[in-house]
Amino acid sequence: MSDIKTVEKEMKAIVFQLKDEEYGVDVHQVKSIERIQEITRVPRTPSFVKGVINLRGIVTPIINLRSRFDIEEADYTEDTRIVIVHANDLEVGMIVDSANDVIDVPVDSVEPAPEVVGGISAEYLEGVAKLERRLLILLNLEKVLNPEEIIALRQVKENNE
Amino acid sequence: MDMNQYLDVFVEESREHLQSINEHMLRLENEPNEKSIVNDIFRSAHTLKGMSATMGYEDLANLTHKMENVLDALRQEQIGVTSDVIDVLFESVDHLEAMVESIIEGGDGKRDVSKTVAILNRIENGEDSSEQSKETFVSEGTNGLDEFQRSVILESIEQGFHPLSVKIALDKNCILKAARVYMIFEVIEQVAEVIHSNPSVNELEQEQFDLDFTVNLLTKLDSEELEARIGKVSEIDSVHISRLNIEATAEPQSESAATTEVETKESNTKGSNTKDSKAAASSTKPNAGNKTIRVNIQRLDQLMNLFEELVIDRGRLETIAKELKHTDLNETVEHMTRLSGDLQDSLLTMRMVPIDQVFNRFPRMIRSLAKDLGKKVNLEIEGGETELDRTVIDEIGDPLVHLLRNSVDHGIERPDKRKSNGKGSEGTISLVAYHSGNHVYIEITDDGGGINREMVLKKAIENGIVNPSSASEMKDEEVYQLLFASGFSTAETVSDISGRGVGLDVVKSKIESIGGQIGVTSDPGQGSKFSIQLPLTMSILSVMLVTSGEETYAIPLSNIVESAIIAKADILNAHRQHVIDFRGKVVPLVSLKEVLDISGEQDDDDYISVVVARKGDKMAALVVDSFIGQQEVVLKPLGDYLTNIFAISGATILGNGQVALILDCNDLIK
Repeated sequence: MSDIKTVEKEMKAIVFQLKDEEYGVDVHQVKSIERIQEITRVPRTPSFVKGVINLRGIVTPIINLRSRFDIEEADYTEDTRIVIVHANDLEVGMIVDSANDVIDVPVDSVEPAPEVVGGISAEYLEGVAKLERRLLILLNLEKVLNPEEIIALRQVKENNE
Repeated sequence: MDMNQYLDVFVEESREHLQSINEHMLRLENEPNEKSIVNDIFRSAHTLKGMSATMGYEDLANLTHKMENVLDALRQEQIGVTSDVIDVLFESVDHLEAMVESIIEGGDGKRDVSKTVAILNRIENGEDSSEQSKETFVSEGTNGLDEFQRSVILESIEQGFHPLSVKIALDKNCILKAARVYMIFEVIEQVAEVIHSNPSVNELEQEQFDLDFTVNLLTKLDSEELEARIGKVSEIDSVHISRLNIEATAEPQSESAATTEVETKESNTKGSNTKDSKAAASSTKPNAGNKTIRVNIQRLDQLMNLFEELVIDRGRLETIAKELKHTDLNETVEHMTRLSGDLQDSLLTMRMVPIDQVFNRFPRMIRSLAKDLGKKVNLEIEGGETELDRTVIDEIGDPLVHLLRNSVDHGIERPDKRKSNGKGSEGTISLVAYHSGNHVYIEITDDGGGINREMVLKKAIENGIVNPSSASEMKDEEVYQLLFASGFSTAETVSDISGRGVGLDVVKSKIESIGGQIGVTSDPGQGSKFSIQLPLTMSILSVMLVTSGEETYAIPLSNIVESAIIAKADILNAHRQHVIDFRGKVVPLVSLKEVLDISGEQDDDDYISVVVARKGDKMAALVVDSFIGQQEVVLKPLGDYLTNIFAISGATILGNGQVALILDCNDLIK
C-alpha cells in the first residue's frame, strides 16, 4: 500500500459549519479566512456563484457553499466567513456559515463517504472522519471547484431559456 | 556541487548568447569582411562554452569549442567566410538551441552532433576553402590593417582624432614584460582607442615578443602628451610616436576617388573638432549598455498589486480628508496622490520591454523559410526599440510569425516570376514597429504580387462566406477583410507553411484578445501590407464607468463612439427591436439591465442615457442609468474559475476597493 499514508498519520483540517453539519478541508488548501464583504455580482453565472471580491488586489471568485450543495441559502450573519481555498490552480472563496477551528484528524479515522451526506452527493467528498464526539465531512475541493461544471450548468440554463 | 540554483541564470544567458550569435551570423552573411562580427560571435560562443562546461553539459561545451576553432580560423583569416561555413555554423546554432531547450525541459542537453562536428573539423583544417583563404591573405593591407580598421581610421579623422603609430621598446632588464605591457595599455586606453598592435595582444600577453612592439591607435592628444603619459610607466627604454599614414596603408586597388573625398572632408573638419569623442569609440566598440538587473515578472505583478492597494487606501484617505476639511491633512493627501501617480508611471515603464525580443528571431526564420520555398527574401526590421508591455509582447509573437510566414509563402513570388514581372529577384519584407499616441503599430509590408481579389472571392463563395450575387459589388477593402474570416485559406495547395486550417482568423482573434486590431491593404502587383494596432499595455485601460441599477460597469473607451442622452420619444421600433436614429444610422438599443439580469426598476424619465459602442463597423446603443466618468483602470483577469463569461472581459478594482466588471462589447453587439 502507499507509504505516504503510513508516514502521515494525521492531517490538519480547517473546520467550518454548513447548516447542521461540520465540514473540513485540508489546511494546506486554505489560504485565508475572511469576513464577508462587498461582492460584485457576475451576470449569467450559475446561482451558487455569488460574484467576485477584491482580495488584496486580486479579483477572487466567490461561491456560496450552501447553494453549491443545494442546501437552502441563509442570511449572512456576524459568523459568516469566506474561506479562500486553492485547488486545481484555482483560487476561490467559499461562503460558509462559520469557521473557527483547526483540528488534527488521524488519517485512519477517515472512512469513505456514504452515498449521500447531508444532501451532498459522495463525489464531492473525500470521506468522513469519525472523531470522538464529532463527525467531520471532508471535502474534495478538486471536485467542488471544477470549473467545467460551471460551463455545463450554464449551458443547461441557456438551453432552458 | 549543486548546480540547480544556477540553472535559471544559465538558461537565460545561453538564450541571450544564442540569440546574439544568430543575429551576428545573419549580419556576417551580408558583410563577410566585417571582422568585428566574427569577434562578437566568437565572444558569445566562448562564454557559452565556459558556462556549459561549468554546468557539466559536455556536448554543449564540445560543440561550442569546435565552433570556436572555426571562428578563430575565420578571425585569423586562415579560412574565408563562405556559404558553407555560414551554413554549418547555423547548423551548430540549431543544435545548441535544441540542447538548451532540452536542458530547459529538464533533460541533460545531450545530442548527436558528430556530423556537424565533422564538418566543423574539416572547415577548421581548411580542406575546402583553401583558395578563399589565400585570397583574403592577399587583400590584407600593408601595415597589418584590414579594410575595416582602415575605414574606422578614416572615419575618426573626420572627427578630429589623430591616428598614431606608437613604437615602444621595453628596458632590457624588464622582468615581467607582460605586466609592463598591461600597464602601458592601461595608460593608452585611458586616452586613446587601440586599433591594432603588432605583435597581437594575445602574443603580448603571453610574452611572445622581444623587447619592442607597435601599437596603432586613435587619440585626440598630440604625440608629445601621449609620449609623456606612456613615459610615466617605468622600465621603458624608448617611445617613438609617428603619425599613421593612411594613404600608405590604403590598398593600391581601392578607388582613388574615395580617398580624395576623405581628404577633402578632413580639411573641412580640421578646425572644428567639436564632435563627441565617444562617437568614434562607438563604431569600434558595441554598446556597453546601461546597468540592468533581471526581475521576475511575478515580482513586478506583486509590486503592482501592493501598489493598487495603496491606491485604494489613497482613495479612502481622500474621502476622509474631504469630510474633515483639515488643511494639513488635505495637503498631505494631495501630495500622496501626486507621488502615487508618479509611482504608477514608474511601475508601468518597468514592465515595458523593447519589441526587439520578439523581432530577433524572425531573420533566422525568414532565412530558412525562403530557402525551403526556393525564394529570395530580404527582411528589413525597423523600430525594434519600440517598447510594449511584457504581457503584450508575450502574446504578439505567434501572430507575427504567422503573418510573416504568410508573406513569404503567399506574398513574395518566386525569383523567376519576379523577374518576368520586371522586379528584382529578391523580394523584400519589411517589419516596422512604431509608437503613435496610446498605441503601438506593427506593419508587415511585402513587395510581392499583392492579394488576388478574384481568387479571394472565388474561395469565399466556395466556402459559403460570401453570396455570389453581392460579390461583384464588394469594395476591395471588404474583399481583403475576408482573409480574416474563419475557415478561409487562399492556399491552392496545402503546404508546410500555411493552409493547414490555422488561418488568419486565428491571428485576428488573438490580436483582438489583447485589445488590438488588424487590417490589410494591397496593391495588385506591388505587394500588400498588414498593419496591427496594439495597446501600449494590457494592464491599464481607459474606460468609461457607468451604472445600471446598483451595479457599476466599465466600458473600454476604444469601443465607445459617443455617449448621449436621447428622448424616449425618439426610440423607434424595427423588427420588434428598439432602435434609434444615430447620425443617420439605425442603431439597435441594448438594455444592460435586460441582458445582464440587473435588478432595479426602469425609471420613468423621459430621457435615457446611452453609450454608443462599436464592434468593427457595427454599432449598438447600450442603455445605462448614468455615467460616472472616464478613468484609467487596472485590468484584472476574472481567473480560470469564471471563464468565458458572457459580455464580461475582465474586472478592475475601483478607488473605493470595490470590483467593477469590464464589459466586452463584442458580445453585446450582434
